[in-house]
Amino acid sequence: MLKPFLAVLARDLLLAWRGRADVLVTLGFFVIVVCLFPFGVGAEPNQLRAIAPGVLWVAALLATLLSLHRLFGQDFTDGTLEQLLLSPEPTVLWVLAKILAYWLTTSLPLVVAAPGLGLLFDMEQGGLRVLSLSLALGTPILSLLGAVGAALTLGLRGGGMLLALLVLPLFVPILIFGAGSVEAHLSGSGASAHLLLLSGGALAALVLAPWACAAALRVAAE
Amino acid sequence: MTMQPSRGFHFFHFAAPQTFYPLAGRLAPVFAVLAAVLAAIGLWLSFFVAPTDATQGEVYRVIFIHVPAAWMSMFVYLVMAFWSAMGIIFNTRLSALMARALAPTGAMFCFVALWTGALWGRPTWGAYWVWDARLTSQLLLLFLYFGYIALTEAIEDPRRGDRAGAILALVGAVNVPVIYFSVKWWNTLHQGASVSLTKAPSMATTMLGGMLIMALAAWAYTIAVALWRVRSLILERERHTDWVGAELDRQGARP
Repeated sequence: MLKPFLAVLARDLLLAWRGRADVLVTLGFFVIVVCLFPFGVGAEPNQLRAIAPGVLWVAALLATLLSLHRLFGQDFTDGTLEQLLLSPEPTVLWVLAKILAYWLTTSLPLVVAAPGLGLLFDMEQGGLRVLSLSLALGTPILSLLGAVGAALTLGLRGGGMLLALLVLPLFVPILIFGAGSVEAHLSGSGASAHLLLLSGGALAALVLAPWACAAALRVAAE
Repeated sequence: MTMQPSRGFHFFHFAAPQTFYPLAGRLAPVFAVLAAVLAAIGLWLSFFVAPTDATQGEVYRVIFIHVPAAWMSMFVYLVMAFWSAMGIIFNTRLSALMARALAPTGAMFCFVALWTGALWGRPTWGAYWVWDARLTSQLLLLFLYFGYIALTEAIEDPRRGDRAGAILALVGAVNVPVIYFSVKWWNTLHQGASVSLTKAPSMATTMLGGMLIMALAAWAYTIAVALWRVRSLILERERHTDWVGAELDRQGARP
């Protein structure tokens, strides 16, 4: 059971490593979007501190959205996806492996880079820790829900815009709790409630989303 | 296509587009007339019988459109999710068509609810829009409708479009409560004492009656429009079959 999971995971990680420029582009996009905000709203430190969690979270959300096409796109065009669907292994299993590989190569760099960017916004140490934790808990949900959207829009014309329309409304609760956790910490009321809700959401998405994603892939490939 | 002789009632009898098409054609005008009559009574009650509100004056009368539209927009999404689930479980073609036929009406009611809400909010709250939990979740519901319509329209293969739309509708239906409660919590965390819509003042009977009749009119309208739309969808989807050819000949729609 574990063997196909690990095989797909290793393959996707290897592919991501061979095409590491793609991964770096996502990270670069994240950094640039975050850095644009001070130009737009002014570099007043108090204001920057106030908007930092929201800005970092929205940037992470957009970076995820714009890289989602990589999750199945390549495999769909070269026929790998069809072979995987025809294989006797459970679809949910390798779908989960692909999502995990995607999260490791796309979202994990964002989680690592976020505290450094938080410093640009003059965030305090404790807030940075909560920010990293909230991103580490929240980005898996983004990847899991986004995978469903990516599978639904596979191979469609104008798929990118459509994908945004499909998944962004679903991302709103994660944004609320993710950015809210940092603000709750900074306001002194404690971030644990937000973080627990994010963990619960991550577990629920982990259980439900791969099935929806597998069903959507079967629809797309037939 | 072989037709089985139907004896008595069969659960899937009207699940076949061919048998549902004439039924929808008979039912749609009935519901349309019902909607018109109910709307006439409801509007008469709303604008001439119901008393002026003590605190809000005449502007409150927008609720006779606003509240039924908001109810309907939420309910239609649930019905869409229901038909989507039916389509996935029983693999019936008509279920997906029903979901597709309902989506534009749901989106329309969603938009009407937001629009009338903005018109009401301006004199009452002093702003067309506040980031109140109900407004925000209604807006996200509108985006969910747009996403569903855009996805089903973007996929050229009709069966793939049906199935993909069904999956999306179900994922959305699971998320609707999550969105609602998260937005509610976000709002209460941020704004504290905002304008509360939940505390309904004691309502005059005529007000409540007018609103309920308008809600029934919205139901009848939705059913009528969805049935008409599903008839066109059936004709489009089944255009290669003999019975559609015969139907078009009967209507004189084919040269």
